[in-house]
Amino acid sequence: MLRRALRTPSGLVGALLLLIVATTALLANVIAPGKPTASAGPSLQSPSLDHLMGTDNYGRDMFRAVAHGTRTSMTVVVAVVVMSLIIGLFVGMVSGYTGGVVDAVLMRITEMFQSVPRFFLAILVVGFFGAGLDKLILLLGLTSWDLLARVVRAESLSLRRREFVDAARSVGTSPARILLRHILPNVLPSAVVVASLLGSRVILIEAALAFIGLGDPNAISLGYLLENAQHFLSQAWWMSVFPGSAIAVVVLGLNLSGDAVNDLLNPLGAEAARPRRLTGGRWRRRSDRPRGGPVPAPPVPAPR
Amino acid sequence: MGYLVRRLLQTLPTIAAILVVTFVMVQLAPGDAVDALAGGGGDEAYYDYLRSYLQLDRPLLEQFFSYAGHLLRGDLGISFVQGGRPVAELIGERMPATLLLIGTALLIAGAGGLVLGSLAARRPFGPFDMGISTTALIGYSLPAFWLAQLALIALAFRAGLFPIQGMTEARADYSGLAHYLDVGRHLVLPALVLATSDLALLTRVTRAGLIQELDRDYVRTAKGLGLREREVVVRHALPNALLPVVTVIGNRVGLLFTVTVIVETVFGWPGLGTLLLQAAQTRDRPLLLGMVLVVAAFVALANLVTDMVYGWIDPRIRYD
Repeated sequence: MLRRALRTPSGLVGALLLLIVATTALLANVIAPGKPTASAGPSLQSPSLDHLMGTDNYGRDMFRAVAHGTRTSMTVVVAVVVMSLIIGLFVGMVSGYTGGVVDAVLMRITEMFQSVPRFFLAILVVGFFGAGLDKLILLLGLTSWDLLARVVRAESLSLRRREFVDAARSVGTSPARILLRHILPNVLPSAVVVASLLGSRVILIEAALAFIGLGDPNAISLGYLLENAQHFLSQAWWMSVFPGSAIAVVVLGLNLSGDAVNDLLNPLGAEAARPRRLTGGRWRRRSDRPRGGPVPAPPVPAPR
Repeated sequence: MGYLVRRLLQTLPTIAAILVVTFVMVQLAPGDAVDALAGGGGDEAYYDYLRSYLQLDRPLLEQFFSYAGHLLRGDLGISFVQGGRPVAELIGERMPATLLLIGTALLIAGAGGLVLGSLAARRPFGPFDMGISTTALIGYSLPAFWLAQLALIALAFRAGLFPIQGMTEARADYSGLAHYLDVGRHLVLPALVLATSDLALLTRVTRAGLIQELDRDYVRTAKGLGLREREVVVRHALPNALLPVVTVIGNRVGLLFTVTVIVETVFGWPGLGTLLLQAAQTRDRPLLLGMVLVVAAFVALANLVTDMVYGWIDPRIRYD
């Protein structure tokens, strides 16, 4: 599945962008050594050979700031996505597979979490409890799983009627084992699509919070850099363009990758009608199995 | 009618949850209203007097019902930081400006998205479609506040085409038509920036939905009967493809409020966004709380309206 996604143009570009981001985030200390908050040269210098992305009003090297800022932002994104995946997969699979009262209750809870305006809740939390990266991660991680749960539930609903699930049940496999070994691997592709979308939203929220001055004061983040740039828009375009491009690259990478996988799972109109070629070598792949039942295409949530 | 009542009833638990969560947050936060009002290091007896005056020593459940009661009557408390002015008044002052901005942006995004998506769906994967789809993808990925900054740099500072900040020209004193034109001129950049992300999204969703619809049998029948392309698309295929569009709009309203806060900050637009920023930075808790409640209420209302429109568009949903 992943290999097929890489063969599409959007998948390839998306993966490349994500690779650039990941490398920058992980190797920030290697490619841009030194403290990002330290003054490195004369202030407000336009990009040059000494300072690839120029310097800001404090004389800080923008390249270093952007590299470290990317690392901060990506930490938040990865942490939140992992938390959301854990909660969302659990709720979605249990809800979709079990059905009945359990399903109804879990879906009501999910709806309640869906109506929570995350950004404003974050502002409230900062206003009441103070700023901090850990609080932000906790807050976002606990409130962002609703779409994941719904999509996973829809997939689980259609999967539980399949032959292989029936077969497993008739042999006496416990529900937990069925969920883990049969349902989970098949809902993962859709979950990954939603997760990548979620990631792009998270980085935007985190940057927005930092932009209005409510981010972690101890961590240099891309949002903070943009806020700083706000005061020098007419003098130093590089202070805004580079951090913003970094955010755009992350979001674009996540969106493209998610799109590529999504297009494979839910092809539109003409492609769905075309008969699939049987690949040489293997007769069938799991991903070639015709989908059972109407599946809502993520990222659009299905009507309740 | 039954559908309407059912939907209204479904909103109640959400509202109750919001009330409870905000109340709990106020209780959990370090310090209480008296600490905020009177500061530290004072006379303990006075603090106790204040607490009983403000009913802070009553049991929590009683406080909660009093809080909920006031809220539902529209009393959002008083802002200590802003000299004791009622929160509801402060919010009411800034609301029209924000509504103007959001309304304009939604209109641009909705109309533009439908038109562009339809145009792109006519020849899928053709040159026009590829151009539109790529642009839409990029537009969707750009953070709005960065786009706002770029727009300011390019169009306002360099080219001098649009005003830089605010809603009206501070030095002039327009009235009547000149005033509306002035506001309009200031509205262009913020509304366009705000609309970009949703415009891009709606274009993609319309395109996807329309491509699927145009593949269906009834469209083939209509074409076979000799109907012109525009009639087939606009009167037959598009209404059927509207469902996901409505879903997306409803889903995005909450996000739209969020983005509005930021965009208002960049453009200095005097609306709820800048007020929220002020409240957050001065740690003005009553104002913060009031604003979050108002926004949450708006989002819940938007969800409700979305579902109403759903039921109106697709009668099947009403009867399930």
